[in-house]
Amino acid sequence: MNELQNLTMVDWSRAQFALTAMYHWLFVPLTLGLSWLLAFFETFYVKTGNEEWKRIARFWMMLFGINFALAVATGIILVFEFGTNWSNYSWMMGDILGTLLITGGIGGFILAAAFYTVMFFGWERVSKKTHLFATWMVALGSNLSALWILVANAWMQYPVGMAFNPDKARFEMQNFWEVLLSPVAISKFTHATSSSFQVAALFVVAVSSWFLLKGRHLDVAKKSILVASVFGLLSSVFVGITGDEAAYANARNQPMKLAAFEGLYDGAEGAGLVAAGILNPEKMPGDDTPPFLYEIKIPGLLSLLANREPGSFVPGINDLIYGNSRHNITGIDKKIEKGKIAVELLSQYKIAKKEKNEARAKMALANFKNYEKYMGYGYLQNPEEAVPPVALTFYSFHVMVALGALFPIIFLLFLYHTYKDTISRKKWLLLLGLFSVFLGYIASQAGWVVAEVGRQPWAIQNILPVSVARSNLTTGTVQTTFFLFLFLFTVLLIAEIRIMWKQIQIGPETPRGE
Amino acid sequence: MFDNFTLAQLQQLWWLIVSVIGALFVFLTFVQGGQSLLSYVARNDLEKALVINSLGRKWELTFTTLVLFGGALFAAFPLFYATSFGGAYWVWIAILFTFVLQAVSFEFRKKPGNLLGSRTYELFLFVNGTIGILLIGIALATFFSGSSFQLDDYNQVLWQHPMLGLEAVLSFFNVSLGLFLVLLSRTLGALYLLNNIDFRLQLVKDMEKRLRKAVSTNLIGSIPLLLYFLYHLATGEGFAVKPETGEVFMESGKYLQNLLAMPGVFAMLAAGLLFVILGAALARRASSRSGIWFSGFGSILVALALFLTAGFNNTAFYPSSFDLNSSLTIYNASSSRYTLTAMSYIALAVPLVLAYIAYFWYKMDSEKISTGEVSDFTAKEIY
Repeated sequence: MNELQNLTMVDWSRAQFALTAMYHWLFVPLTLGLSWLLAFFETFYVKTGNEEWKRIARFWMMLFGINFALAVATGIILVFEFGTNWSNYSWMMGDILGTLLITGGIGGFILAAAFYTVMFFGWERVSKKTHLFATWMVALGSNLSALWILVANAWMQYPVGMAFNPDKARFEMQNFWEVLLSPVAISKFTHATSSSFQVAALFVVAVSSWFLLKGRHLDVAKKSILVASVFGLLSSVFVGITGDEAAYANARNQPMKLAAFEGLYDGAEGAGLVAAGILNPEKMPGDDTPPFLYEIKIPGLLSLLANREPGSFVPGINDLIYGNSRHNITGIDKKIEKGKIAVELLSQYKIAKKEKNEARAKMALANFKNYEKYMGYGYLQNPEEAVPPVALTFYSFHVMVALGALFPIIFLLFLYHTYKDTISRKKWLLLLGLFSVFLGYIASQAGWVVAEVGRQPWAIQNILPVSVARSNLTTGTVQTTFFLFLFLFTVLLIAEIRIMWKQIQIGPETPRGE
Repeated sequence: MFDNFTLAQLQQLWWLIVSVIGALFVFLTFVQGGQSLLSYVARNDLEKALVINSLGRKWELTFTTLVLFGGALFAAFPLFYATSFGGAYWVWIAILFTFVLQAVSFEFRKKPGNLLGSRTYELFLFVNGTIGILLIGIALATFFSGSSFQLDDYNQVLWQHPMLGLEAVLSFFNVSLGLFLVLLSRTLGALYLLNNIDFRLQLVKDMEKRLRKAVSTNLIGSIPLLLYFLYHLATGEGFAVKPETGEVFMESGKYLQNLLAMPGVFAMLAAGLLFVILGAALARRASSRSGIWFSGFGSILVALALFLTAGFNNTAFYPSSFDLNSSLTIYNASSSRYTLTAMSYIALAVPLVLAYIAYFWYKMDSEKISTGEVSDFTAKEIY
């Protein structure tokens, strides 16, 4: 009974974290991408002296500000929610994670906050060059603060550079650079930022498309589209490269996630990539039902993407749970057994220490070291628990990839027609552009669902399951705060959208003399 | 250079850094003070616009300093972060809630289509300025009065009171510090506004008078609260640590002893109070606008002295009255030596950050906020 109670509390804590993170991520991509676009617009203004660019910069800056307010409001909850709802995690990982947060705090937040004021209110108060510098610093600062939290997230997916300290019952950092420069950290940061740039570019394209459809602010709209679609197109290239890098890293470090987002139950050599498919909802790990009701498969492609080697073996969910001796994969069931031994030995060590029985403590510790790397598994009840929700991960992944492939085409079309100056007449393209901003947000959120749902049940991959990472709270407490945040953020989101919509309708200020 | 520090030196250094950030935050709560004064000092839309726009250029600095304070505690003393946030859940959630309300209010208040109406956003600012600061003060007071929690062998926290931290409001000792911080923030807020707004126009003379009055009434109101807090702090029992064993025990007059053992800290507290009063006294002169610098500096000293009293001289800075030996000290709650060393190098950037903040503050504020500026409704950047 007690177990069950804890489980639901953990689920509510996960729901609350997902809620606040997803709300936060509604505002972050625009902040990250639009900040660079503002810097570009203003640079053109300073370089050319053309007041039109200044009007453009100020218009987008105002929308940036409205969005930024909620990015900040939702962000503060996330920073402290590690402590409030995941206090065991915070203690066990604080030695590593705290460092990343403080670095982000010093470097990013403060940089952005200080220059933000200059950027917004400094037009008449500081010189043109200083103002431009401030705008660039806001872009740099926002992206830097994202760097640290993304490195922290990457570390949770691929924990490196640390060691377990049994006396303190926590992990301690051994190598800062290994944490910062891990390949997963690099691909995570570049993938999250470049995809955010796409979202921001789509936002600018969408608002500008609306202006063109309405026949308003034609010059502002065309100039904005030109800059945004070049930015979006370049970002798309990076999104592709870094996405491929991320999948390759998943195959190395999180094969279960890869198997889940591909719906791959039985591993294969020369595994095919499911381009699109409908999962069989009846399918359970270990049974004989076919995993798909319908699928389009590209033969051999998954092996190529996962291992960069055609014909190579990609393990499926069943191989990972039950083991596969031919490919030298230890099953989760075996890992759980070893993990339980590790947990037991650690507790023996603790007891011996308390009783000041040094000889026994030493023995337990030496023994523990042999099983230490399976400790996280010791907290799982059964092997199937190590499988993330397959359907959610699978569909999110495929939606993300399909949309990610569509965006560069949209940017190319806009670029082509802006270049030919036929954009105002292409109603269908403008409608597509208007609509595409929603697709951008969907793709961006789906990406996080893949990353976070796909690594369940782990808070830290293979080390700390969410059921241990939690705080000791009651279900009722977390339910209450969940609904409080849901209500608050939803009201604020509606307010934000209405304000933004009004400001878009008002549009950029008209040039003097008109 | 930090590689040669002992672990204890690094722990002390980081308690000092955390204390400085916390003290800077206390000074920067002039934003919250201004928010809670809004309805009293600003009687019409123009006055409101002046106050909101003046505060609106600083609120993010306060906000990010608070985040940085939390981040620094997490990084340097993760056991505090895990214990306090995960245990005293409701206090922190309530505080965070008021800061969420604040974060949107400046931006949304005057924008068309804002759903809730400008009065609601002004109410949000008031809530943040009063309840937010009150609860922060109460939470900080538990550094001296203790909380009821227990840590198990794996350092996981079990909070022992069903109110999950909110029980701290039941102690007047805790509340007195909270109320003091609210009134101090209002004193600072009024002083800041006196400094930041251009009062040369006859139109805003009345507001200037109200601000000058607010400085003295709030300061006078705050002093008995502080005296009550300090009296009980000096005479009551404190959470002392035996340095050899790390064992925690109750000692009467512990915090007074700390002040006497660290005369520099005592001097800081005394000088800080004098500076706060001096700044407020300056504001009585009709033309003076420099009070904020004195009172601001003074409030930094007072807060710093309190933080140092809580953490140094063999004291448990986050004590548990339920289980004394679950109490947190800067030595048992800190990050590892490697991490503290790495962070110390990162913290070398802090003076640089402070320098450019100060530079841009000077640049932006050398011209005061005027009525003309905030009534130019065509400008996109007005709050």
